[in-house]
Amino acid sequence: MLEGVIEIVAGVLILAGAFFVLVSALGLLRLPDLFMRMHAATKAGTLGAGLVLFAAALFFGELAVSIKAAVVFLFLLLTAPVAAHVLGRAAYYAGVTLWDRTMLDELRGKYDESTDEHDGPGAGSPAPSDR
Amino acid sequence: MRLFGLNMVLALVWAMAGGVITLGTLAFGFVVGMAVLHFVGPVLGDERYALRFVLAIGLLFFFLKELVLSSVRVAIDVIKPSLTMRPAVVSVPLALTSDAQITLLANLISLTPGTLSVDVSDDKSCLYVHAMYGEDAEALRRGIKADFEHRIAEVFR
Repeated sequence: MLEGVIEIVAGVLILAGAFFVLVSALGLLRLPDLFMRMHAATKAGTLGAGLVLFAAALFFGELAVSIKAAVVFLFLLLTAPVAAHVLGRAAYYAGVTLWDRTMLDELRGKYDESTDEHDGPGAGSPAPSDR
Repeated sequence: MRLFGLNMVLALVWAMAGGVITLGTLAFGFVVGMAVLHFVGPVLGDERYALRFVLAIGLLFFFLKELVLSSVRVAIDVIKPSLTMRPAVVSVPLALTSDAQITLLANLISLTPGTLSVDVSDDKSCLYVHAMYGEDAEALRRGIKADFEHRIAEVFR
């Protein structure tokens, strides 16, 4: 009885995880600029993979499997945002254009390429709010 | 962090004293050890250890909740036939000062779908965040400060 319930719950979790991974692939194709694609691509990894890992731990119900799943999830949490940040930052300073419906860019003009310095708020030119 | 190591050792000692080392006895030993450290904390130079630990767990669950909620929101918008969101790059003034805390904040923001930290100003006074839903920059700033930054500050205080 309990085994059946666990199987069903694990199945649902795996489907939900796969759904989020599918959505991220879809987002990668559909979204208009690099930053928004990063939103779709890097995060679904966290939740999608997390759900699948959780389902695996639940299904096998063994300590060794659970610990492995937890460690894999931990490494995902540690590495995904670093990669996303580095890619996003590099892209921004390489001059990747933002989507034309982007409302506000408060980072514009805050970076001095010749001195490699970033100013805090207040300096730099005001952001174009109604392009 | 030093007290956390000590707490682990206490958990192990508890389990060994009982003669059975399982996840259950280790977990119970950890709780007992935390209670002990709560009382001897002032002597060891950290009277907020137990509280800090509870707050950190709270931050973890809050983050998981945010992760699920915003994943669903992004998923809905990706599937919807028309793209209605208005992204923005928003500056968030930082109250946190240490590199470790700012790193944690930036990573939690990046992990939450819909927001991505792009850069930190050189004087560490300001974090630049790309948000998928930037209609209301002020609300976004407030949200990040109240939700994540405040909680992180409480854990490290």
